[in-house]
Amino acid sequence: MKDRSALKADRLPKALIALVATSGLAVMLFILWFLLRESLPVLKATTLGALMGGSYWYPTADPARFGMFPLIAGSLGVTLLASVIALPLSLGLAVFLSEICPRRLRELFKPLLEILGFFPSVVLGFLGMIVLAPWLQERFSLLTGLNLLNASLLMGIMILPIVASLAEDALAAVPRDLRDASYAMGATRLETTERVVIPAALPGILQASLLGVMRAIGETMVVLMAAGGAAVVPRSIMDPVRPLTSTIAAEMGETPVGSDHYHALFFAGLLLLAMTLSINLCALWIEKRGRRWRA
Amino acid sequence: MKATKVFVTALLAMALSVGSALAGDLAVNGSTTVLPIAQATAEKFMESHGDVTISVSGGGSGNGIKAIIDGTTDIANASRFIKDKEVEAAVAGGAYPVPFGIALDALLPVVHPSNEVTDLSIGQLRRIYTGEITNWKEVGGADQPIAVVGRDTSSGTYETWKEKILVKEEASPKAMVVASNGAMVQTVAQNRLAIGYIGIGYLNDSVKPLAVEGVAGSAETARSGVYPVSRYLYMFTRGWPTGDALNFINFVLSDAGQEIVAKTGYVPIR
Repeated sequence: MKDRSALKADRLPKALIALVATSGLAVMLFILWFLLRESLPVLKATTLGALMGGSYWYPTADPARFGMFPLIAGSLGVTLLASVIALPLSLGLAVFLSEICPRRLRELFKPLLEILGFFPSVVLGFLGMIVLAPWLQERFSLLTGLNLLNASLLMGIMILPIVASLAEDALAAVPRDLRDASYAMGATRLETTERVVIPAALPGILQASLLGVMRAIGETMVVLMAAGGAAVVPRSIMDPVRPLTSTIAAEMGETPVGSDHYHALFFAGLLLLAMTLSINLCALWIEKRGRRWRA
Repeated sequence: MKATKVFVTALLAMALSVGSALAGDLAVNGSTTVLPIAQATAEKFMESHGDVTISVSGGGSGNGIKAIIDGTTDIANASRFIKDKEVEAAVAGGAYPVPFGIALDALLPVVHPSNEVTDLSIGQLRRIYTGEITNWKEVGGADQPIAVVGRDTSSGTYETWKEKILVKEEASPKAMVVASNGAMVQTVAQNRLAIGYIGIGYLNDSVKPLAVEGVAGSAETARSGVYPVSRYLYMFTRGWPTGDALNFINFVLSDAGQEIVAKTGYVPIR
């Protein structure tokens, strides 16, 4: 009798957790279904090729043109440049914090980094508009300082603390035994870091980087404020761009619901989801591989 | 079973009590261009009508009209007239949107204060925005390139600019795009090569307005129709307004309301 009630008491939390987990999953599936339902009707107005490959974004003209190629190029351009700027720096910072930095300094830096990771992106965008843009324009005598480079720099600042903090976690999680073994073989600290610790933490470091890239693709406020917003494929890093995210943010509020333009904006959202999802799958694959390496 | 019944009754009672609490509430949604007028008039209106609470939000003309069609707002602000498609959708849903012209807005071309150009024709403005004119010296300014700044093509402001300036052409894709009047002032004030356009209500000392076809944009020139780049601003209701909505619209159209319109930087309708 007592056994049965204990069993029952055990079953209730189990059912509750299962319920919460499935409802989370259900919400995700619902969002995906909603996105598909709202975006696919755009294919009635234009073809997939014209949508993805067209180079003119005139969604309210008559006839409307929904070429998203410049927007895709803008999203990828900003993300790529931001990654090039931020990833090496954040990995360097992670190695410094985990392997080189004295413990006391580390205890100061690490929480600081985590706080910086929550820096509101709208404030960064504002700095880009007021401080960075005029400086860039003056320094390089440009047509405008609101461009690909400006947005990428801000985005780099934004993802740097996130990637650095996560990569540092990965490095710190490398077992002490591995380092000890390396030192016992007569390796120096640099050699140990370079050939033992970093390879062992590589899956975690890569995952941290991918998370940063994902954050950059989805970021809206910074690019809306600092990227310039011209829907052209950038020829140089000083050209203004218009990523998918800022297009959605700027235009969704003003478009009639149910119009082709509305569906096209949802399609842009679907593209963003596809991009982040593929990066996510990459990260999962790396994690799997990493487990096999370690085993 | 009985417990369910009690629960449902309780829920119903709660919903009803919330409903009656909302009776004196008025929701105003829509164009960000009309937002300053709606906010200022709503504040003044609530001072004299203590039992009415007006919540004003700005989600864009399209969203406001959508909310009228769906019945989720009482009054929709719009910086453009309702589109045919929206009328169809509204009528299909049993709603009959009623427009009230509540103010005029004049769009001003603006440049950096250091720019020597003071006046442009509609043709010159059009050729600047389509990318045919790329240097300030072609329109009587210094020999330096023009940084063209526009608004996103779905904003009501762009629509008026297109209607009055671009006509059949489209703005060059190379033109930069900002998402609001405020961002436009910010951008042009920071860039001495820039040209942009704003609603008259957003003009401040950080940018310099240009005359169009020799006419300086102002309340008088917009109302008299001499200034070429001006348009009506609207409030839409779902069906002919009654109760608080009617009182509020009457207040906006009254002398006191139009005085507020003028104070916010827009042009009163009379």
